[in-house]
Amino acid sequence: MRLADIGVFLFFINAAFSNNMIFSRFLGNCPYLGVSNKLETATGMGVAVVFVMGIASLFCYLSYAYILVPLGLQYLDTITFILIIAALVQLVEMFMKKSLPALYSALGIYLPLITTNCAVLGVALINMRSGYNLIESVLSGVFGAVGFLMAIVLMAGIRERLESSDIPKAFKGFPISLIIAGFMSVAFLGFAGLVK
Amino acid sequence: MSTTAILYAVGVLGGLGILFGVLLSVADKFFAVPVDERITLVREAVAGANCGVCGYPGCDAFSEAVVRGEAPVNGCTPGGSKSAAALAQIMGVNSVSVEEPVVARLLCQGGDGIAKDRFVYQGISSCAQAMSLSSGPKMCPSACVGLGDCGRACKFDAISYVNGLCVIDPNKCTACGACVKACPNHLIKLLPRAATVTVRCSNTQPGKLVNKACDHGCIGCKLCEKACEHDAIHVNDSLAVIDTDKCIRCEACVAACPKKCITLSA
Repeated sequence: MRLADIGVFLFFINAAFSNNMIFSRFLGNCPYLGVSNKLETATGMGVAVVFVMGIASLFCYLSYAYILVPLGLQYLDTITFILIIAALVQLVEMFMKKSLPALYSALGIYLPLITTNCAVLGVALINMRSGYNLIESVLSGVFGAVGFLMAIVLMAGIRERLESSDIPKAFKGFPISLIIAGFMSVAFLGFAGLVK
Repeated sequence: MSTTAILYAVGVLGGLGILFGVLLSVADKFFAVPVDERITLVREAVAGANCGVCGYPGCDAFSEAVVRGEAPVNGCTPGGSKSAAALAQIMGVNSVSVEEPVVARLLCQGGDGIAKDRFVYQGISSCAQAMSLSSGPKMCPSACVGLGDCGRACKFDAISYVNGLCVIDPNKCTACGACVKACPNHLIKLLPRAATVTVRCSNTQPGKLVNKACDHGCIGCKLCEKACEHDAIHVNDSLAVIDTDKCIRCEACVAACPKKCITLSA
């Protein structure tokens, strides 16, 4: 699924829909279920993930291509990426606190959560396994995160309505959310095979 | 795998680690945002358990709210009078008196062999789970099953288990109320520290049933009511209840109780 073969649009469809982070790769389920109670916070989390995943893909690619590959240390990719992502999120948080206080107060509490978001690590590893180059890695990261943003916003919208719906007591709260997540995943199966 | 490969691996990871460490510490200085130093002082003076009793998401948020003047200086329950006084000094306000200190007490003595078993519970170690099986493994529906829900909720390591009964260490207890919420049988109550005489039973069934179910259950015989000269203990719903305002800790009821369910606690 190289960028040169399918073009940017299909590359986007592939990363955001066919291989949706949540619904087909099952990565990042923790924030997906944990922060999707309100539309506002879900959007904040989603935007923060887009931001971090884009930068993380960039730096993970650089470290992989220019440090790990020349030394033949590809097997250290997971631990190196964890290190890079953790440091990066800290750095971004400090930078935002100083330079963009408004954005910081909007995203601030979600940034540290993203440090341990498996979707960020997952996308970096998938990029390397697929043999993506620099541009493909960054695009795949950003598009994948857009898919995550879409999933979490959709979920939050549904859950806000669930709050005021008449649901049997046994299904209230998490059970119905999990059932809905399952339905959404099945619906997204429809995108599978769209990009060949 | 040769030695150089190991050295490369250690060198790359160690090098990256040191690089990021230095980078972050430099960035910390470079991007430092001046914060009100009172926030740091307040943060150090509170209990620091992130228990959320104050109503804020964690101690950091509470500290900021105190400095902004939104939260009361005595808002940290686990910190007690000590942190209230320290916060009052930092904020330059008169120390507000703290409410009467309370402590969590378990109102049950039905450990192994004392409260009789109805069946042997072998499921996962959770009181709530055990209680959901036809109101629990013990004959008494309000008995401590000792499977650790309160102990897991306690952030101060104040709860241990002896003979299948939870034991709360009053010296470690900060009255945060986490165990009160965790107990599926509502057996733990926050009572004034000074009220050392307590009826350690919560069973409101008739005396005959209680007698069968437990060696130390309150059967509602009212001997304590008669023994009390201060009108401080009354039997309601077949369970003795002590009015902590009237009780003078004379221990007449402790001596009078035939089932030894009124006890003196530390």
